[in-house]
Amino acid sequence: MTGAEITGDISDWQVDNRAKKDNHIKTSKYNVFTFLPINLFEQFQRVANAYFVVLLILQIIPEISSLSWFTTIVPLVLVLAITAVKDATDDYFRHKSDQQVNNRQSQVLIRGSLQNEKWMNVRVGDIIKLENNQFVAADILLLCSSEPYGLCYIETADLDGETNLKVRQALTITSDLGDITKLMDFDGEVICEPPNNKLDKFTGTLFWRDNKYPLDNEKMLLRGCVLRNTEWCFGLVIFAGLQTKLMQNCGKTSFKRTSIDKLMNTLVLWIFAFLICMGVILAIGNTIWESQIGRNFQVFLPWNEFQRSAVFSGFLTFWSYIIILNTVVPISLYVSVEVLRLGHSYFINWDRKMYYSQTDTAAEARTTTLNEELGQVEFIFSDKTGTLTQNIMVFSKCSINGKTFGDIYNEYDQKVEITEKTACVDFSFNPLCDRRFKFYDSNLVEAIKLEDLAVQEFFRLLALCHTVMPEEKSEGNLVYQAQSPDEGALVTAARNFGFVFRARTPETITLCEMGRAVTYQLLAILDFNNVRKRMSVIVRNPEGQIKLYSKGADTIIFDRLDPSNEDLMYTTSEHLNEFAGEGLRTLALAYKDLDEDDFDVWMKKLLFASTVIENREEQLAVLYEEIEQGLKLLGATAIEDKLQEGVPETIACLSLADIKIWVLTGDKLETAMNIGYSCNMLRDDMNEVFVISSHTVQEVQQQLRSAKEHILGLSRVSSTGDVEKTNMFAVDSVFEETIIAEYALVINGHSLAHALEPQLEHVLLDLACLCKTVICCRVTPLQKAQVVELVKRHKGAVTLAIGDGANDVSMIKTAHIGVGISGQEGMQAVLASDYSFAQFRYLQRLLLVHGRWSYFRMCNFLCYFFYKNFAFTLVHFWYGFFCGFSAQTVYDQWFITLFNIVYTSLPVLAMGLFDQDVNDQNSLRYPCLYKPGQQNLLFNKRQFFLCTLQGIGTSFLLFFIPYGAFSVMVKEDGSHFSDQQTFAVTIATSLVIVVSVQGFGELITSGKNMRMNTVPSVSSPGRTPHSSTWIENVLKRKNEVSCANDESTGGPENSDIAEQTPKQQHTD
Amino acid sequence: MVKEEQELANRPDNTAFTQQRLPAWQPMLSAGIVIPGFVIIGLAFIGIGVALFVTSHSIQVLELDYTGVENTEPCYRCSDPSSKNCVCTLEFSIDSLFEGPVFFYYGLTNYFQNYRKYGASRDDNQLSGDLDYFKSPGNDCAPYQYNSNNKPIVPCGAIANSMFNDTFKLYQIIRGSKKLVPFDGKGIAWWTDYNIKYRNPSVTPLKNAFNDTVKPLFWSKPAYELDPTDPANNGFINQDFLVWMRRAALPDFRKLYRRITEGDYAKGLPAGNYSLEIAYNYPVMSFDGRKKVVLSNVSWMGGKNEFLGIAYLVIGSLCVVMSIVMLIVYAKFKFPEED
Repeated sequence: MTGAEITGDISDWQVDNRAKKDNHIKTSKYNVFTFLPINLFEQFQRVANAYFVVLLILQIIPEISSLSWFTTIVPLVLVLAITAVKDATDDYFRHKSDQQVNNRQSQVLIRGSLQNEKWMNVRVGDIIKLENNQFVAADILLLCSSEPYGLCYIETADLDGETNLKVRQALTITSDLGDITKLMDFDGEVICEPPNNKLDKFTGTLFWRDNKYPLDNEKMLLRGCVLRNTEWCFGLVIFAGLQTKLMQNCGKTSFKRTSIDKLMNTLVLWIFAFLICMGVILAIGNTIWESQIGRNFQVFLPWNEFQRSAVFSGFLTFWSYIIILNTVVPISLYVSVEVLRLGHSYFINWDRKMYYSQTDTAAEARTTTLNEELGQVEFIFSDKTGTLTQNIMVFSKCSINGKTFGDIYNEYDQKVEITEKTACVDFSFNPLCDRRFKFYDSNLVEAIKLEDLAVQEFFRLLALCHTVMPEEKSEGNLVYQAQSPDEGALVTAARNFGFVFRARTPETITLCEMGRAVTYQLLAILDFNNVRKRMSVIVRNPEGQIKLYSKGADTIIFDRLDPSNEDLMYTTSEHLNEFAGEGLRTLALAYKDLDEDDFDVWMKKLLFASTVIENREEQLAVLYEEIEQGLKLLGATAIEDKLQEGVPETIACLSLADIKIWVLTGDKLETAMNIGYSCNMLRDDMNEVFVISSHTVQEVQQQLRSAKEHILGLSRVSSTGDVEKTNMFAVDSVFEETIIAEYALVINGHSLAHALEPQLEHVLLDLACLCKTVICCRVTPLQKAQVVELVKRHKGAVTLAIGDGANDVSMIKTAHIGVGISGQEGMQAVLASDYSFAQFRYLQRLLLVHGRWSYFRMCNFLCYFFYKNFAFTLVHFWYGFFCGFSAQTVYDQWFITLFNIVYTSLPVLAMGLFDQDVNDQNSLRYPCLYKPGQQNLLFNKRQFFLCTLQGIGTSFLLFFIPYGAFSVMVKEDGSHFSDQQTFAVTIATSLVIVVSVQGFGELITSGKNMRMNTVPSVSSPGRTPHSSTWIENVLKRKNEVSCANDESTGGPENSDIAEQTPKQQHTD
Repeated sequence: MVKEEQELANRPDNTAFTQQRLPAWQPMLSAGIVIPGFVIIGLAFIGIGVALFVTSHSIQVLELDYTGVENTEPCYRCSDPSSKNCVCTLEFSIDSLFEGPVFFYYGLTNYFQNYRKYGASRDDNQLSGDLDYFKSPGNDCAPYQYNSNNKPIVPCGAIANSMFNDTFKLYQIIRGSKKLVPFDGKGIAWWTDYNIKYRNPSVTPLKNAFNDTVKPLFWSKPAYELDPTDPANNGFINQDFLVWMRRAALPDFRKLYRRITEGDYAKGLPAGNYSLEIAYNYPVMSFDGRKKVVLSNVSWMGGKNEFLGIAYLVIGSLCVVMSIVMLIVYAKFKFPEED
């Protein structure tokens, strides 16, 4: 039994469970009393905060305390307070919205009358009444509504972001319960699945009057929906409060971390080890000092009673030094990083150049923690439909009964290109036509007017087989609410050609066929999903014939055709290839006449299967498969989906930045390749385009291997001549980068499934990395995620997935960075994404400008921050040698407390927020400026060492120059001047000056390496560099860095590159 | 119009800040700027360095170690800790006029006034004259907080307790007779210490404030008797006390003892023989410390300090050398994009 959450007679239920299952929701985390303990507990779970508490505890022990407690507590309290205030405001708003939601009114049927109740008092098992434009209070089972057949319409914008109306229908048996007395007598029993977060699935069964009725998602109104176009409806509360699907979906999404984050954590551990080393050195020093000097100095400074030995003193000193040297890892590092990332996110949100005025959509950084990763992307996985293309579907061609329509020919039988000026077909014969629809081939209209049966049947199918909702705002003014733009385009086409879809009820579909109203009885809908890739309807026409109309992917439909259709199939298939070659999206259409008796038998099986709770889906799929056999082909449709503006340019620009773009699409091979050509991803001058489309593992393996050997073999000959065969595989990774020739790989879903198996995935990956372009077609959403995962796992590269539809969600969530295009296909992709904007071309700006800046700024910031704090802290280390290793601080305690917060915060913030080494135009003009980020050049372990070394050097100078000066320092009035306080203030002042000058110096010279005319630009990619600036060095070096540079980013092979990067080293 | 604005409701503001177009200055560090810049900085530093070095050389310093480690030294007998109220005399001569004003310092080496626990061992509230802390000195003062009879020590703590208590008298020997060189002990402490940080309790006579307290263990007389002749130099605002309480940064230090600015010696110490009479009280032998007196005059740059001049010279020369290296590099590999 899957679950029995709602069992028992409903009237009993109300009594038994009234206390437990109310509709009260609580999204807030705290109340007034629990706020402090819970919030503090949460905050101290962060390693950094916990670390500082440990330090604080150390400081409270008087024998160890080398610094007053306030040096740690001030920044800590500041950080805790800011976070707490933020959490508190967030929670306050949650409280407010909770309260507002909980106090919304709804009408509940209590003891025979409708009473107003607050939402929070609605219980599971209650029957509630909803009115038009009201929010649904809980997950309810629709019982009846004001509309015929128990229909009602809902908008699910709050749930999944889709704004089109969706229809829900009550069970026929309950749809006439429309008045209160009947409802009072309703005593059904519902058994359903346990609460879960699947918004589009529900399985349950209603037991009423000794009958079983299947329940599915089509009968459910979920909390968060809004009732539209429906005067009222009644529903039975199934899930309430926190058990509703909306609330179940409020779970936390997985937290993504950037590679710099990870590096930073490693470095902090290293620094910690370094800190312990210093502590040990100084503790040993203290032991020696105490036993040689301090022991004798007891005349003036006796040892404490408990301090019996020098070794014990050394032990205490160790902890004291841990306290004063802890500023090498200051708490403000974490805070500053967060502040910077937040700032960068706002800059993305504010960018007018990523604002799309047609839909009034600005770019949005939905995650604020990933910005610098945008500067390191190496792989982009892009969806095609709606991402590269506009996803505005236009019915452009069709093939009916072996004849194509859509192209226009001139008198010499030559194809004429369709332009703005080409004359459109006149649809004025049809009063219900959509004026925006354009079609150029008048032959089709002629065929319609001649009442060609095949053509009529073709459009009848298009008008019947879909899930579109019509909305007739006024007589003749039809608006279609379509969940997929393809369907909308097809139904609109049928409408213009005289088969107008006018109205739909759960049991009928009304068409206006050539001006004549015809009502079809809808017997079954065999709905679409990604596995079936087809949908069918079974209708009874006014003449009483039962017909099955089916439309779907051509391969799927062709597999289910009646053998007699073979000839037509070949012709149509040729046409389909032709359409696909032009980049059109194709569907095949077929129908079947059904026998009354056979249908009855099948229908019974269907009804039975749909009440099963376990494996309902599978059983239904089997039944659908059974009836969708022996179809008769009608023809095929071709829908045009235009490329978005600027897509080829963006792709060209991104590939100049060495970003590999892989297109993962559900389209067929030909369509995908065609789009590849129109996006400049595939070109005729490419050396070879490998197409992998086989059905068995062996074939796929064979094809992959031979393609790889082809590439390696050729380049080996062409580049080095005679390399021994034996190292062939050992040097593969080196060769990957030296291949000059351009290859492309196109692989289809079938082959991909095999290629993704463990034994082949390496071959696939190697081959794919050798190619400039990779296109995977016919892939399922899961495969998209698998491909991303493959690259992520084996390449160690930063991946970005971009898409617009629900089928891209898995890949968006898998990739390091997910980008959602807010377009035609709803909001699911955007809701799952980290960044969202309206047009694919903004990706260029997001990566090359914002990503690059963010990465650049963050790296400089980190280098500077580590430098600054090493310079600041290590002065204590040097001083240890002159103060008997007594953990005496050099600086004043307030200076230590405020150094990071006040004294040096401005240069850091200025640098981290505003610095632009290159302005945005040049960043876009010279995409190769992006490469240092991909190779991790600006902040890696080596850079870290350099800046800590610089810091150590600075601290050395900062200490020893005053040491030399102060050893015998006298003021000009003769008074002595070499006291501790003066010494401290002098060092502190020079520290602030040096560090600030260094910071601002780096800031104003940050563009020092960007000489305009030495960088190959987009406009002249083939230009040879003629001088050795940093960029050229990076470019040259690039050949030495292998593509398969998996784990070691800071290893020796990178050291040469880092040397070339400039670093201002004048600390004097 | 209104409708249009509504349609573009999400359009970001077009300001220099949001569009990241804030004005910026981006200097091109070309060879033409950097090389002369280095030369100028280098020359300036060399100039300063030479000035400092020459000035420092003209400052006269006379350093006399009187610890008495070797038995040939005059203070050898006093260095034995058991001898009380020992006075020893150090003879020295000056070849040429020691130009005035001359400053008289005492110096200690291997003495860790900067040791953390030593430095913390004081009670600032007590030293600012707060009587509450006279009765119960702060815990930092331990073990010089209370004496063995549990009476509070004022001033408490290790620093005060270890106050330097050797005293000096300088005589010029003129034809066999000793002529006292007058010392000026006014204003040798920091102004802020004297006027702000340290205060006597406002009780007259001062002695009453110290009722029920004891003097620091090492002291021979209580704080209110440090200079009974001058109330402005007594108690916590005694100049010698203030000088001592201002802790040295490094283990080898000197502190100002007196100025020689009066009488015949206002112009300086004339050439001749001098005799320094030392009341030797302060023990340093146990920790291998040294005591010395230093006579020095000053210039505009303060006391003698060769390090600063050398540091300036080194950095200045480095800049010049760097500029030459850059010039050679520039001349040899002149970048084509410079034109």
